[in-house]
Amino acid sequence: MPDDKLNTFTAGPDENGRFGNFGGRFVSETLMPLILELEKQYNHAKTDQSFWDEMEFLWKHYVGRPSPLYFAERLTERLGGAKVYFKRDELNHTGAHKINNVLGQIILARRMGKTRIIAETGAGQHGVATATVCAKFGLKCVVYMGAHDVERQKPNVFRMKLLGAEVVPVTSGRGTLKDAMNDALRDWVTNVRDTFYCIGTVAGPHPYPAMVRDFQSIIGKETKEQMLEAEGRLPDTVIAAIGGGSNAMGLFFPFLDDPEVRIIGVEAGGKGVNDKMEHCASLTGGRPGVLHGNRTYLLQDEDGQILEGFSISAGLDYPGIGPEHSWLHETGRAQYVSITDAEALEAFQLSCETEGIIPALEPSHALAHVAKIAGDLPKDHIICMNMCGRGDKDIFTVAKALGWEMD
Amino acid sequence: MTRIADTFARLRAEGGKAFVAYIMGGDSDLETSLEIMRGLPGAGVDVIELGIPFTDPMADGPTIQLAGQRALEAGQTLEKTLGMVREFRKDNATTPIVLMGYYNPIYSRGVDRFLDDAKSAGVDGLIVVDLPPEEDSELCLPALAKGIDFIRLATPTTDDARLPRVLQNTSGFVYYVSITGITGAAAAAAGDVAPDVARIKAATDLPVIVGFGIRTPEAAAEIAGVADGAVVGSAIVSEIAAGKPVSEVLSFVESLARGAHSAG
Repeated sequence: MPDDKLNTFTAGPDENGRFGNFGGRFVSETLMPLILELEKQYNHAKTDQSFWDEMEFLWKHYVGRPSPLYFAERLTERLGGAKVYFKRDELNHTGAHKINNVLGQIILARRMGKTRIIAETGAGQHGVATATVCAKFGLKCVVYMGAHDVERQKPNVFRMKLLGAEVVPVTSGRGTLKDAMNDALRDWVTNVRDTFYCIGTVAGPHPYPAMVRDFQSIIGKETKEQMLEAEGRLPDTVIAAIGGGSNAMGLFFPFLDDPEVRIIGVEAGGKGVNDKMEHCASLTGGRPGVLHGNRTYLLQDEDGQILEGFSISAGLDYPGIGPEHSWLHETGRAQYVSITDAEALEAFQLSCETEGIIPALEPSHALAHVAKIAGDLPKDHIICMNMCGRGDKDIFTVAKALGWEMD
Repeated sequence: MTRIADTFARLRAEGGKAFVAYIMGGDSDLETSLEIMRGLPGAGVDVIELGIPFTDPMADGPTIQLAGQRALEAGQTLEKTLGMVREFRKDNATTPIVLMGYYNPIYSRGVDRFLDDAKSAGVDGLIVVDLPPEEDSELCLPALAKGIDFIRLATPTTDDARLPRVLQNTSGFVYYVSITGITGAAAAAAGDVAPDVARIKAATDLPVIVGFGIRTPEAAAEIAGVADGAVVGSAIVSEIAAGKPVSEVLSFVESLARGAHSAG
């Protein structure tokens, strides 16, 4: 049950960047002055109307916001219970929610006089969004991407290069998303004067988790207004997929203080949440630790060494989760579940067949959970799921998993 | 007096500079690593920094990253690293040992349990890269309460306004990171480092030791000349990575120590 000692869930983080015991600023001294400066600049920008005017203009004319709230009628019929809506963030420019946050950070970077932007990326969606906005503003862009992901996400690598970004394949560690983040931090520590690190999710040292959440909260704000318009009331349940957790935090945050709204985050269960660690479910299969500047739930061994996650979705393949999710988990305000690769693949096809929407593998996880629970819920129960990305990038992975031959 | 304070008091009395050597615990395996560690005092090392391997060493360059990977692949754990200190202390009661690494393996073990084990093993100080002063309540203050020094890194981005905060709960010595960058990167020139060292020394009575990017006896001499001593890590670890016999690794260390000491 939610912790009834709290009268709001939206006041965090505290001045030390903590959500309860999670979050914080676990970085080397070289970076500490930089994140303090970033915090100062962000606090200034977020109370500056001209900053939000610029954001809103670009959200509207460049990204295509507001994204629609769409009643998935045939899917609802098929599932035979709750009424299912999609928040269509896959219709954004660049095909996912990532650009909501990138715009905010890059406008901030420009205000701070930074000329070089670095980013980490897993599936490539955050890298593409960063490369896109850098191209728009004529900024130098360097994207760190695990060598393994460079191989399995070739279309996004090509997109980033077309957009003028330098893509650095990361071979340190095991060459995955977490290693890409390590190398981005190493770059930042080396190029402290001119470089802005644009983190793609609600993780990292304070103020990143709060800042990225604030930029992504446009998703939940719009959803609230659109749902009131469509149904005259709030949804009963909101659901989103979680890797680091930025699209989920963006949808959830404006609903945290609406106790009648049930909040569900869906982690990647890979081959199943077991002790073989063939999954990326940090909350359901991990324990608290410190990595990449914050304390949060992590996949780790008994000696505190970080483990690699496993998921069919490269965008969920991260051994940690944003610290605010860890806090929402422990307070009970949000519920976290996991979905396996096989369940996500089924949901992927369900969305294609019933709605004519090819979803990314990340929201396919959220959809799989919707499919699991909707049938048992009454027809007047409203579920809103964040369709946070489109599936073009995933067709090769899905074809392979379904045993289709593609050249 | 602690072993660290004793060591610097002795060096000060002799008018000498400190030579600090870093090796990764368990690199390339436990036995080799312990043999090298045991040889360090004889090679002229005044303070030993023993690395705790971690999968995600975000402030380290490729040399130290790979050393950590070799150690982890060879089965190194925090327990085994503490075990190395216990073994070392069986026949050395004076050379200070500073454990250096990242917070998660320590946090995972439990801070109190780790500090008790470290103290009883004979650890003198800690350098934990991802614990800035803002997180002092995590490990720094509990360590100081148990009589273990908490050695802080000061960097070129630590400006005058911030320096007092960095020095506040620092003990043992101050480790000045001479460049903005990762371990093993290009070296800073002694001439560039000197003003920063002077700035730190004006704000504290603790010895100031300079590291990052020092690879040769000549560089060790130059840097030690403008500070209270020099740290060498990646250059020593590279010798171990190359598979050199322990005797050769130690004679390289000896040449570095002679360089640093010549600056006295």
